[in-house]
Amino acid sequence: MAMNYNAKDEVDGGPPCAPGGAAKTRRPDNTAFKQQRLPAWQPILTAGTVLPTFFIIGLIFIPIGIGIFVTSNNIREIEGNVFMYYGLSNFYQNHRRYVKSRDDSQLNGDPSALLNPSKECEPYRRSEDKPIAPCGAIANSMFNDTLELFLVTNESDLTLTPITLKKKGIAWWTDKNVKFRNPPGAGSLEEKFKDTTKPVNWHQPVYKLDTDEDNNGFINEDFIVWMRTAALPTFRKLYRLIERRSDLHPTLPAGQYYLNITYNYPVHSFDGRKRMILSTISWMGGKNPFLGIAYITIGSISFLLGVVLLVINHKYRNSSNTADITI
Amino acid sequence: MEQELAVAEEPASPRRRRPRRRRWEGRTRTVRSNLQPSLGAEDPAAGASKGERLLTRGCVQHLADNRLKTTKYTLLSFLPKNLFEQFHRLANVYFVFIALLNFVPAVNAFQPGLALAPVLFILAVTAIKDLWEDYSRHRSDHEINHLGCLVFSREEKKYVNRYWKEIRVGDFVHLRCNEIIPADILLLSSSDPDGLCHIETANLDGETNLKQRQVVRGFSELVSEFNPLTFTSVIECEKPNNDLSRFRGCIIHSNGERAGLHKENLLLRGCTIRNTEAVAGIVIYAGHETKALLNNSGPRYKRSQLERQMNCDVLWCVLLLVFMSLFSAVGHGLWVWRYQEKKALFDVPESDGSSLSPATAAVYSFLTMIIVLQVLIPVSLYVSIEIVKLCQVYFINQDIELYDEETDSQLQCRALNITEDLGQIQYIFSDKTGTLTENKMVFRRCTVSGIEYSHDANAQRLARYQEVDSEEEEVISRVGTVSQRGSIGSHQSIWITHRNQSIKTHRRTSSRAEAKRASMLSKHTAFSSPMEKDITPDPKLLEKVSECDRFLAIASHQEHPLAHLSPELSDVFDFFIALTICNTVVVTSPDQPRQKVRVRLELKSPVKTIEDFLRRFTPSRQASGYSNTGNLATNKSSHKSGSSVLSSLSQDSMLLKLEERLGQAASTLAPNGYSSQAGQAEGWAPEGTGEQKHLGEQKQGLKPDLELRYEAESPDEAALVYAARAYSCTLVHRLQNQVSVELPHLGRLTFELLHTLGFDSIRKRMSVVIRHPLTDEINVYTKGADSVVMDLLLPCSSDDTRGRHQKKIRSRTQHYLNLYAVEGLRTLCIAKRVLSKEEYACWLQGHIEAESSVNNREELLFQSAIRLETNLHLLGATGIEDRLQDGVPETIAKLRQAGLQIWVLTGDKQETAINIAYACKLLDHGEEVITLNAESQEACAALLDQCLHYVRSKGSQSSPENTESDVSMGFSFNPASTSPASGPSPSLVIDGRSLAYALEKSLEDKFLFLAKQCRSVLCCRSTPLQKSMVVKLVRSKLKAMTLAIGDGANDVSMIQVADVGVGISGQEGMQAVMASDFAVPRFRYLERLLIVHGHWCYSRLANMVLYFFYKNTMFVGLLFWFQFYCGFSASAMIDQWYLIFFNLLFSSLPQLVTGVLDKDVPANMLLKEPQLYKSGQNMEEYRPRAFWLNMVDAAFQSLVCFFIPYLAYYDSDVDVFTWGTPVTAIALLTFLLHLGIETKTWTWLNWLACGFSTFLFFSVALIYNTSCATCYPPSNPYWTMQTLLGDPLFYLTCLIAPVSALLPRLFFKALLGSLFPTQLQMGRRLAKKFPSKYTTPKETSTQAQPPGDPETAFSGRRTMGPSESLPKDRATQVSPLPQQLACSPEASGEPSALDTNMPLKDDTLLEGLGTQVPGSSVPREAVSEECPGHSNGKPTSESPAAPLSSLFNLPSFSSLNWISSLSLASGLGSVLQLSRGSLQMDKQDSPPQPDQDLHSLQRQVTDYF
Repeated sequence: MAMNYNAKDEVDGGPPCAPGGAAKTRRPDNTAFKQQRLPAWQPILTAGTVLPTFFIIGLIFIPIGIGIFVTSNNIREIEGNVFMYYGLSNFYQNHRRYVKSRDDSQLNGDPSALLNPSKECEPYRRSEDKPIAPCGAIANSMFNDTLELFLVTNESDLTLTPITLKKKGIAWWTDKNVKFRNPPGAGSLEEKFKDTTKPVNWHQPVYKLDTDEDNNGFINEDFIVWMRTAALPTFRKLYRLIERRSDLHPTLPAGQYYLNITYNYPVHSFDGRKRMILSTISWMGGKNPFLGIAYITIGSISFLLGVVLLVINHKYRNSSNTADITI
Repeated sequence: MEQELAVAEEPASPRRRRPRRRRWEGRTRTVRSNLQPSLGAEDPAAGASKGERLLTRGCVQHLADNRLKTTKYTLLSFLPKNLFEQFHRLANVYFVFIALLNFVPAVNAFQPGLALAPVLFILAVTAIKDLWEDYSRHRSDHEINHLGCLVFSREEKKYVNRYWKEIRVGDFVHLRCNEIIPADILLLSSSDPDGLCHIETANLDGETNLKQRQVVRGFSELVSEFNPLTFTSVIECEKPNNDLSRFRGCIIHSNGERAGLHKENLLLRGCTIRNTEAVAGIVIYAGHETKALLNNSGPRYKRSQLERQMNCDVLWCVLLLVFMSLFSAVGHGLWVWRYQEKKALFDVPESDGSSLSPATAAVYSFLTMIIVLQVLIPVSLYVSIEIVKLCQVYFINQDIELYDEETDSQLQCRALNITEDLGQIQYIFSDKTGTLTENKMVFRRCTVSGIEYSHDANAQRLARYQEVDSEEEEVISRVGTVSQRGSIGSHQSIWITHRNQSIKTHRRTSSRAEAKRASMLSKHTAFSSPMEKDITPDPKLLEKVSECDRFLAIASHQEHPLAHLSPELSDVFDFFIALTICNTVVVTSPDQPRQKVRVRLELKSPVKTIEDFLRRFTPSRQASGYSNTGNLATNKSSHKSGSSVLSSLSQDSMLLKLEERLGQAASTLAPNGYSSQAGQAEGWAPEGTGEQKHLGEQKQGLKPDLELRYEAESPDEAALVYAARAYSCTLVHRLQNQVSVELPHLGRLTFELLHTLGFDSIRKRMSVVIRHPLTDEINVYTKGADSVVMDLLLPCSSDDTRGRHQKKIRSRTQHYLNLYAVEGLRTLCIAKRVLSKEEYACWLQGHIEAESSVNNREELLFQSAIRLETNLHLLGATGIEDRLQDGVPETIAKLRQAGLQIWVLTGDKQETAINIAYACKLLDHGEEVITLNAESQEACAALLDQCLHYVRSKGSQSSPENTESDVSMGFSFNPASTSPASGPSPSLVIDGRSLAYALEKSLEDKFLFLAKQCRSVLCCRSTPLQKSMVVKLVRSKLKAMTLAIGDGANDVSMIQVADVGVGISGQEGMQAVMASDFAVPRFRYLERLLIVHGHWCYSRLANMVLYFFYKNTMFVGLLFWFQFYCGFSASAMIDQWYLIFFNLLFSSLPQLVTGVLDKDVPANMLLKEPQLYKSGQNMEEYRPRAFWLNMVDAAFQSLVCFFIPYLAYYDSDVDVFTWGTPVTAIALLTFLLHLGIETKTWTWLNWLACGFSTFLFFSVALIYNTSCATCYPPSNPYWTMQTLLGDPLFYLTCLIAPVSALLPRLFFKALLGSLFPTQLQMGRRLAKKFPSKYTTPKETSTQAQPPGDPETAFSGRRTMGPSESLPKDRATQVSPLPQQLACSPEASGEPSALDTNMPLKDDTLLEGLGTQVPGSSVPREAVSEECPGHSNGKPTSESPAAPLSSLFNLPSFSSLNWISSLSLASGLGSVLQLSRGSLQMDKQDSPPQPDQDLHSLQRQVTDYF
């Protein structure tokens, strides 16, 4: 943008002979931009000028924090839709090689990728000379415990009323409908996957994940949820939905519950833990008191600093004024 | 005569290079006419054998043609060549290495192709920049290559139009007036009657005067029009070299005759033909072999200090990177070791199913981490810095305040990458002549024959000019007044004044066209500003001159008219004749090139002329049969130069004959030095009348426009000629061999110019040898530096009266010379020598030999000149004033206030230099001057010791402050406490010889130390080499940033050695500019260049670099913390696209805008308070501590920005990249907010850039996240951003994280801003408060320091001293004088006017006091009333005394002891010091320790931000 000056001076050899071209001068244009006179806001950071910022931050953050805190704490009421999670800790789903070990094309139903998965899936790419579907370490390590929830309706004889756990609607809509697709073609799911083999650790092939045709194969939502690798080693994943009932009763009324776990998934090998979490969701997600506390804390600190600055400003305003003068 | 010296001396580098070149290449080049071979073919009998012809052809063909090609690349070679060049940069190699590492599957962190993107981007940006530059070079090449000119065509047998690029060596080129010379051409023919050609070399060296070039000897005598077809000679000349002032060779005619060629025969490419209707010549060097192009070395690349520092910090970053990677690697090794045997589900084995060993995993992890964290080494830093610097250069170029209307030139930045060095200069080394002064000489006084003529009227007139100059700025229409003033007292000056007036009118108009016209006008009249031309003669002297004139007019018919004059009058007459003719001034009337006169052709044959010459040197002309005297045409023949004719007299026999004849011509000397030969009168009288007649005609032709322009090589010469003209002794005509002088009564006198012995810097004088028309004697007039000429005078015995008289005259003249020097005038002595014919002949013989010798011609000519210039008769001396440039004293004062030490290195004599130094306020009359003039090494050492002792004792007496910390680094010669500017510190003047001793190894430390103690240093009589040695010494020993400024070739070496070289594109040519990094039109622009632009550039770049490091560290920090939660597996939660493009796209623009546009302090404020410049000198903005604190802050911010999202999403179902995206967004927002805190001026561009960055990030993210459902493994971010935007948690974290990350910084900045404001912050605040204030003159304000409570006093104390260390022996230093205490170097350069109670002078520091904002005035006023004895001035306005009161809440005056413990770095401190000076001694023994602690503490805090 600013290089034409040297191009001109580069050549001393023979500037063009222009006796008539005298009108042109090298006088720079007197514009605000070129003369660096653009109108500008010039904030000066002193106690006096900055303290309103601190107070404003405090005044905004504290109410937000209180709001969040209250919302987050209200989550314990088991009303509305209840979400059932399983939680794992010390499980490094974010490990670099683990995260990479998948083939999105295959999961998208690409026929060629189905039979010839990406190299990233190694060593879970082929098994018994057949391509693994779904390939890769992520799929291979899929959580396969089964959780069933029962309401103990009668404590004495342990009459168990199963709670309807909805399997669908737990994955992102885009994942279910766009990213994950079963291989195209006619016939049953089994036929579509006929040249593939199941992941090593799986008990059943992918087309037997569910009986529901719409939740089977790659578009099985448990599978999809698992494939979204967790950010941190301690994480939870949505397992089932307990839909609120139409009447005014709470979704999960107070009482004794019975959780039946079919134990398939070993966590001792990595000192992990398994959890099952039931939670409702507020407008800002699951229960997490941190953000509320953080807002309140930061707001208070900010307010406090504002006060400090106020004091300083009040006490030393003179000095700062003097400073102005005695430059 | 300094500029002549400059011309004679050449830059050091070519001189050094030459011998080598000679060794490697053949010594000569042979050039033949391109027309010859075909001629030979047509005419087989032409004599040239076939082999020779082939040789000729081949020889011609391998020589360069005239095509100009400055481009570096061709279409094909661009890519490889450019890449090759770019990979010379280590950083680029590093980044490519990282990118290639990505192709190794085991360690790759990103998609290999993607990882290449940033490197390719950077390479591409640089390549495009290079391409663009190359293209503009190509365009200008093309333009120049396609200029047309007339070249002789063999086929058409006439000159035809050709493009420049088609010209080849050996072609014949025909040029007309005002055409630009396309190649280096040997001049073979000219329309000028004397075979002269005038060229203007402004394009080449910037010198605006016309220079004479001469047709090659032998061709000027050609009878008919020069015909290239008949040119059969062969030219042998040097190989192409870049020495503009030298050309040697010879031309060998077909008959075997040889003739020497020198630079007067060569027309250089790029010059313009002037005043000559047409010339023709043969091309010797073409294209890139021309001297002009060999001299053109393009812009220079230097590395700035800041960049060096930055590179060091980059190394730290590399270390940090390695450390982080190692840490990760070890962590990963342990992690793998822990989980592997357990066969954890998430452990991915190798593809063959085996698992990695922990050690291998660690190694892989290490490499991957290096790739992931590569952002820490700022890829884009170098490119960004380059862009910012280019923009800075652009803005400096565009600054209208640096544009000089008179010369229509703006500041040029020739070095593109050291702009920020301008903000850190500590020492300025300046040339004097042409740099501080105008290099426009004005004749001021003279002394003739021992009588002084003071020219008072002239002095008054000059004073008036200065008045007018200053008025000119404000008053618009005063043309009439000016012209009246200008014409006072001089009947001769009417015309000139008229001219002057018209120029002034033009200058005043703001219209561009007219301004240009004015500048063109002034360009044409080089060195003849109105002041120079318009001289009011001294009445007494004028009377004497006209007396001479009248007497001679009457006596002209007598036998020896001059003999009858009194010695004094004859001296006066000779004096003016010498002034008029002893020079190389060219008289021109620019619009009428002289026509070739054919009249004299009949006398052209060499033999005839020799005969003629011999005849003329016989005792009587009439006796030699010179019958037709009075015939004008015949007289013309006598104009033939003795020298040129004689040079063809190569045969000894001829010379012998000559001597014989001369031997008969014994002459006797008249008492006044004129020979009283009989018969010469007849020789002259008719001539005189003839000339008078002629003159009459000419006068009529001339009068109407009086367009006599004197074009001189040096302004002194022009000034002297104009001076002589004021005394009616007018130079009207100068040809190669004759000079015509016009006197009112005597009419035109035509002197036969036998020789001109040009000026050179060793002889320091020039001489002309003429034949006097009145006496027919051979006279030598010598003009030169007094020191030289006075030694060459004829020794006079004190026996006779004449001798005694002479002696008296000499001593008087010497006295006046000293007087002139004290006045700051440049002095020249005028002397004369009358040669007897024998002496002349004897000398002539040697001289002719010297002239005709080919090998060491220069040396022989030098010897010859020395032989001639002896036994001189002193006529008188002149004093010429070299006016200071506008605004020089003010600029020097400002620069000094800015903490710059100014040294003046000049070749001028000591007295003159000192005087100029006084005039430009470099020296102050109140201060001491230490003069070092030593005759020997030992004496010099002793003197230095003595001075040091003196300075030290004085320093310890006067100043309790030790300001060593400021400028000195690494200089160990450190006596306890002396400060360079405390009290009236002395100035040092040293002459060249002493300087040579002082620069010896053994003494240089002492010398430097002494010089450092001095307020200013003046080196006189220094050679260019010494200048550069001084600069080098200061630069290396003091580790100081140096700037050298000069305008002449003698400053080149100094300019090249200094960190920053500044050339003045003024009068003396372009050599200095060519060597410089920056070229300014005037010295005064240095102020703005350094104080405003330098400061800005430094501050901007320093802040930008720091920000860059912060940004990268903070970003990398995020990734590093993540490693703790992913098993140190080098995984990244941030999508690789964001990772890679974050620096390049999302966060780059705002910092560039800030880096280019941010102004920490407005220009006016900087100019008003130059001490603000010190922040750059002390590297306040970017020091190691600032860097590390910045890094710590970055670490803190990254912790906050990592753990807030971490905790917010803890134990949730968020996936890696859905969590990483908010982290990225948070990082971006934090960067922008951080930049917001750092940005001092927010223009709409800043807002736009920040908005654009945010917008770009989100829109790119949105597009990226919609674009492909299955792409971009492993993140596969489909619909992530869209989901996040629907999540309130995202917004909540994005709000809190940046705010909490930046709260501490903001808080501390505010705290520091309030409690410990730096000078810059105060300046900014002040400028904001009183925006109008900084255009109005300073006002006097008052202050007082009433007591208050001690707490605030404490804080006030801390406020003050940011950077001074305390004196160790403070307790013992009791000062009796207020001034000495009062002035810290930082405070101001005005130590004198300090009062114990009331510092009137330091109100610079108290600016704005008068208009103190209303507010807290009530309590303050109350306080100030409490101590009426102390507030000397009444607090008239809003209690100006008040602000200080709260700071200095002192219980009583006697407890002022703490003040003395203040260091004086800040202005506030100095104010205190100033006002409390006298009270300081009471209690010096107060505990200093706490203060020191405070100091260091405060320093740290200040540095942090």
